Amino acid sequence: MSEKVLMKGNEAFAEAAIRGGCRFYFGYPITPQSEIPEFMSRELPKRGGTFLQAESELGAINMAYGAGAAGGSVFISSSSPGIALMQEGMSFLCSAEVPLVALNVSRGGPGIGGIQPGQADYNQVTRGGGNGDYKIPVLAPASIQEAVDMLYEAAELARKWQNPIMVFADGIMGQMMEPVILPEQKPFTDASDIRAERPWAITGYGDDDTTKNVVKSLRMQPDDLERHVEYLFEKYDRAEKELVRVETQDIEDADIVLVAFGTVARIAREAIEILAERGIKAGLIRPITLWPFPYDAFDGIGDRTKVVISAELSMGQLMQDVKLGVGKRLPVKLINRTGGMIPTSLELADRAEKIYKEVK
Amino acid sequence: MSTTKLFFAGSGGQGIILMGQMVTYAAMYEDYETMYYPSYGPEMRGGTANCTVIVSDKPVSSPLIYDADCVVAMNLPSLLKFESMVKPGGVLLINSSIIDRKATREDIRVLEVPTMEIAKEIGNPRGANMVMLGAAIRATGVVSQEKIEKVMREKAFTGKKAPTIPLNIVAFESFKI
Repeated sequence: MSEKVLMKGNEAFAEAAIRGGCRFYFGYPITPQSEIPEFMSRELPKRGGTFLQAESELGAINMAYGAGAAGGSVFISSSSPGIALMQEGMSFLCSAEVPLVALNVSRGGPGIGGIQPGQADYNQVTRGGGNGDYKIPVLAPASIQEAVDMLYEAAELARKWQNPIMVFADGIMGQMMEPVILPEQKPFTDASDIRAERPWAITGYGDDDTTKNVVKSLRMQPDDLERHVEYLFEKYDRAEKELVRVETQDIEDADIVLVAFGTVARIAREAIEILAERGIKAGLIRPITLWPFPYDAFDGIGDRTKVVISAELSMGQLMQDVKLGVGKRLPVKLINRTGGMIPTSLELADRAEKIYKEVK
Repeated sequence: MSTTKLFFAGSGGQGIILMGQMVTYAAMYEDYETMYYPSYGPEMRGGTANCTVIVSDKPVSSPLIYDADCVVAMNLPSLLKFESMVKPGGVLLINSSIIDRKATREDIRVLEVPTMEIAKEIGNPRGANMVMLGAAIRATGVVSQEKIEKVMREKAFTGKKAPTIPLNIVAFESFKI
């Protein structure tokens, strides 16, 4: 087994994407993830890959579309406003079924917002910020090791589902350092193997090949487009069954159940210890996939629970999914900070205790 | 040990980041769970730079702390801003070479460390941060000196900086508690 190394989140993310087989990176610097393009500019060329700094995030996503359509394994990263600029391309890639590994190291919004951590891109990443009917699986890590494991796996997942895969981290995870174990390097796909591995890719006519591949999102005939969207949604229906991931802790007999993902889930774990000292038993539901969302996990909440609390760095975006999961069974309340502000575990515990006393 | 939370604060160039990262590396070498989180962005410019280090025997939960077992204040703004963060019974280390003010709390342990005078006296005028690091490590016992020396050799002072290691060890050991 590999040795533990101490790495800054952003550098570990980039290294994991390379080791997972991503050979192409297109990007444009933006805080709090600029270490990623910096790292890629240094590492990828040495290791047989390609780094290209685009003129903007729009350029980067369209380069990703092109390289992906040609069968390349592509990684892109940005932070919230940069991810917003990429939404048109995301919609194109989903329609054209082009695989992509995307990472959002998110910060506070709306607009250019600030550079401190945020989760207010929740709707953008789970509902699709682009036009039309499409879905993107979203993985939300809570530690650098988990993010590394997800990014390592993401290229294969994107190829399997022929769809972009989004990893949704936040500024804290990008900037913090934790020990990680890095997985083994997967070999990059050779150009000569693309046809076997990705038979849909545009590789040009070979000497003995007369099949013509088309990768596109334009479909002018309504019946053709309807059939295509229905086909995509058969795939998304399968993904909803197969991809959903969640971690739960003590939800069967808790007084309150907290729901949080990413860094906030870590803060919630500490808040749960503080609440326990005050005689309040709190459970935790940590969605690991934000789409598909683990609605079924809420069925595991026991009869003792009085309230479910969504803890998030946005104005109730996560809470909407929590409400869908809980239904009318229990009240759902919100504990949030936004704009780059982050609650401490003490603040979270105090506010949860107050809510519990109000509903009890 | 269960969990030890340390907070280093000062201005750019005082070795805040280095001190924090050295503790984190040493904690990893000790096989503890550990996490380092620096302030980033505009709050660093012109004002205070700071970083949080958590060392634990279980996975680190919240990366943000409101209570620290140990706060290192390398300049006056850091003392004013972060004295309140020390847990009752925790330790506050003050860089008394440039901070001309006493701590106000009586429920914590306060160590005034004249880092620059000591560093000059031992012939390592650039080693003020190592003087402070040694004081903080011995005050908390969070990691061993052996592992800090390993960090010096393998991470902090490599290549051209390697010859400074013996003097930095002297600096590390120089403030007696």
